[in-house]
Amino acid sequence: MCTVCGCGAGETKIEGGAPDNSHEHTHVHADGTVHTHSHGHEHDHAHSHDGAALAGAHAHSHTHADGTVHVHEHVHQGDHGHVHGHQHEHVHADGSTHSHAHEHPHGHEHAHDHHHHEHGIAGDLDYGTGPARAHVPGMSQARMVQIEQDILAKNNAYADANRAWFDERGIFALNLVSSPGSGKTTLLCKTIEVLKDKVAISVVEGDQQTSNDAERIRATGVPALQINTGKGCHLDGHMVGHAMQRLQPADDSLFLIENVGNLVCPAAFDLGEHHKVAILSVTEGEDKPLKYPDMFAAADVMLLNKCDLLPYLEFDADLAEANARRVNPDLTVFRVSATSGDGLSAWLDWIEAGLEAQRAKRSETVDALKARIAELERQLAAK
Amino acid sequence: MHEMSLAEGVLQLVEDTARREGARRVKLVVLEIGRLSSVEPEAIRFCFEAVTHGSIAQGAALDIVDVPGAGWCLPCAQTVAMSERYGACPTCGSHQVQPTGGTEMRVKEIEIE
Repeated sequence: MCTVCGCGAGETKIEGGAPDNSHEHTHVHADGTVHTHSHGHEHDHAHSHDGAALAGAHAHSHTHADGTVHVHEHVHQGDHGHVHGHQHEHVHADGSTHSHAHEHPHGHEHAHDHHHHEHGIAGDLDYGTGPARAHVPGMSQARMVQIEQDILAKNNAYADANRAWFDERGIFALNLVSSPGSGKTTLLCKTIEVLKDKVAISVVEGDQQTSNDAERIRATGVPALQINTGKGCHLDGHMVGHAMQRLQPADDSLFLIENVGNLVCPAAFDLGEHHKVAILSVTEGEDKPLKYPDMFAAADVMLLNKCDLLPYLEFDADLAEANARRVNPDLTVFRVSATSGDGLSAWLDWIEAGLEAQRAKRSETVDALKARIAELERQLAAK
Repeated sequence: MHEMSLAEGVLQLVEDTARREGARRVKLVVLEIGRLSSVEPEAIRFCFEAVTHGSIAQGAALDIVDVPGAGWCLPCAQTVAMSERYGACPTCGSHQVQPTGGTEMRVKEIEIE
């Protein structure tokens, strides 16, 4: 199973990917260094587990630092019959307390005391091997280790690296999300047809299977890469990082990511885009933003698509907008029809403004660097 | 089904930490899941057991610390308790409430030996 997204092993396919699953990674370390290397996708977890007997006596061996090995038996003490679902309170190292209820599905997990071994210099003093098999109870070898990290930290690190990569090159990246059939690909094709003469565009297409969408995009004349997520329900930062390396988008270009058609999971996974764009079509319900609030809250822009069909439907576009703004008051909404082209100009203007802002940001950093170089040269000359 | 992905994320953090600490076994994993986060504790419990199978955390107990939701209500200009992510303010009924607590999804600590 993929350790980033949890999808089935070997199920994720990036078009043109090496068949042996060996792939190139870029890692960003805590100190800011980046290194890229490639390796196979096999993760070997060779952990030995002592035969954890559920109850009663069990035998096991210890190897000590001085090389002596001893085997001994001990009996798990204490009551193995737990009350399920009890309330208790923890006191943490920092003094905070929390109380919570939890279940003990395996009675022995918390029950036995770990005996403490005393070893002489020669390694021959071991209470555990004595005739009485005595223990020094109450000394636990177990210890708590604080982690305090966000569960999505790994994906977020990939996404941050992607975003930094885009920013360095003045690339404007958008992540298009919607339910299947809202007209994402048609909208992309129309958008590309208008913008492709003004700006370089590259597209990543995410779907569980087939490369139909990438082929539709390629027909417009811009490079597109299909990612098949297999069993996966969303694209993640890692996949998009690979796609970027493969596509090598030009500086100051537009990078469009069409996510897997799904209004749930893609909301939680940052890909390194500058904005999530949610597409809602008028053939869906006005209450979609209320039913799937995470997505509309994560998006900065909502396109209400297929508006040419409004005369034939009982869809209240104002209500749909109001519902979307209820979960996200800052949402920018465009009413469009990808097939008729109505309303697209406002959307296209918004993209061009975004491209301009990215370029300005990049030249600012380039200018700042140039200024710093000039300052350092001046200091050198002065010495 | 992205609770599976999240459980994988948890296992990754746990494995990295356990390896760094030279642990032989992970006995307990403590998560903090806010009530306003997009995670179902029951689903993650189910997935956790599945993904830890065969890992250093196999059989580890899972504690999920429930963090209550809180938000800043603009009309009331105060912090209010929230039971759902996009819910209304319990005092004034407004939806202009910015979640301020209970959105976390974190691995808090683990017990190793």
